[in-house]
Amino acid sequence: MRNGRLSTMKNIFVRQSVALQEKVKITVGNLNFYYDNFHALKDISLTIPERRVTAFIGPSGCGKSTLLRAFNRMYALYPNQRAEGRIVMDGEDLLSSKIDPSLLRAKIGMVFQKPTPFPMSVYDNIAFGIRLFEKPSRVDMDERVENALRRAALWDEVKDKLYKSGSSLSGGQQQRLCIARAVAVQPEVLLMDEPCSALDPISTAKIEELIHSLKQNYTVVIVTHNMQQAARCSDYTAYMYLGELIEVGATERIFVQPARRETEDYITGRFG
Amino acid sequence: MGEKHLSSQFDLELNAVSSRIMELGGVVESQIDLAISALASFSPGMADEVILRETRVNQLEIDIDQELTNVIARRQPTARDLRLLIAISKTTTNLERVGDEAVKIARMVKSISSSGAPKALPATELKIASNLADRLIRDALDALARLDVEAAARILREDDLIDAEFGGFVRKLITYMMEDPRTISASLDLLFIAKAIERIGDHAKNIAEFVIYIVKGADIRHASMEQVNAVLR
Repeated sequence: MRNGRLSTMKNIFVRQSVALQEKVKITVGNLNFYYDNFHALKDISLTIPERRVTAFIGPSGCGKSTLLRAFNRMYALYPNQRAEGRIVMDGEDLLSSKIDPSLLRAKIGMVFQKPTPFPMSVYDNIAFGIRLFEKPSRVDMDERVENALRRAALWDEVKDKLYKSGSSLSGGQQQRLCIARAVAVQPEVLLMDEPCSALDPISTAKIEELIHSLKQNYTVVIVTHNMQQAARCSDYTAYMYLGELIEVGATERIFVQPARRETEDYITGRFG
Repeated sequence: MGEKHLSSQFDLELNAVSSRIMELGGVVESQIDLAISALASFSPGMADEVILRETRVNQLEIDIDQELTNVIARRQPTARDLRLLIAISKTTTNLERVGDEAVKIARMVKSISSSGAPKALPATELKIASNLADRLIRDALDALARLDVEAAARILREDDLIDAEFGGFVRKLITYMMEDPRTISASLDLLFIAKAIERIGDHAKNIAEFVIYIVKGADIRHASMEQVNAVLR
């Protein structure tokens, strides 16, 4: 019965953006990104709603990580990478040279694909970032560390080994340690680049649960190869392909009734 | 759009469950055909055959639901694959009920013929409605097989015809019953048959709505014809 299915399917092109009632945290306007002469992001415009989880999905090389890294100007660490356009957060253009990248990265934290604990104790992994920006008293610092570990749902598992090396933890715990480290400096936005791809299903479920609770306080943007993960834990999903934003919308709609056939092909596994 | 999935096994599973529902549709269609013929000739033998086929329908319903559950568990389908599977699940339920209606007609035919009721009853008046119901189910299954939205929309428009036939038939039956109270018992049986035919039309309409859901992603149940037309545009 699948024969003739395509001929009858008229796709309506509706670029449904983020729902109007959401408060916008970040607005990306006509963003173009280049690695030397390679045009990696093509005229991207979208909004990231506040205290929601937005997922970027798409095949490898589609630009989703590049877009994520533009938010906290991670690219500025490398020569020959440049961004043009606007990324506006709370009225400020993050791409402006007036913005100090290290202060920006305190406001917009990042968690990477592989857990990257610093070669120091669990406690110091958290305290390290805080000390960069402020000098809290010992008591205050203890409280900040505990608070960060609790927010990352890790406290109960590490409270008796705070002074053991961060790398002695399991992979899933290390990743939550990195999330704790990111939230310790009280960011407004958390960027996650494939945060679960190196983790087993149980650790993945814990991180996803954590993402769900983090959105009460933070705006979360996650890049994932795992479409089911995007479906499970995001409120909005953006599908990218070859440097272009193909479609963005409420996650339920993208996964049940995508407006663009490119999106449909990708999420149903017909891509390629 | 790439017609096939990267996983050819997934394609096989979807095709398997799709052909199962067509098989179910075929059995149910044969039940309606037989029930209509039984009604036309008041043949208890044909009526028995309709009832006999119910076992097959019930088994297919269970098999299809099992296959659907397996595909969903293993593949986590999305978008049109998901909509297809949901629609197949609902179509299965509807087809099984069409089978039930055919069985009801068959039982009534047996009841009327065993009571030796006067054949002067207006049974032939049901011919138009029953043929219409039969055609609607066939068209609905064709529309599903081809995922033909236009054909599905035509069914939605035609279901009203059966409803109109039903109304007209009820008025005629009332006249018969008033003229000769001895026909009341058989007339009531005929009334149940007419109701069963009308219900078959409703199920055809439901299946047509699922076709539009699969293809367009729009749920047009309980929608007005204007809203349906807007979806199809």
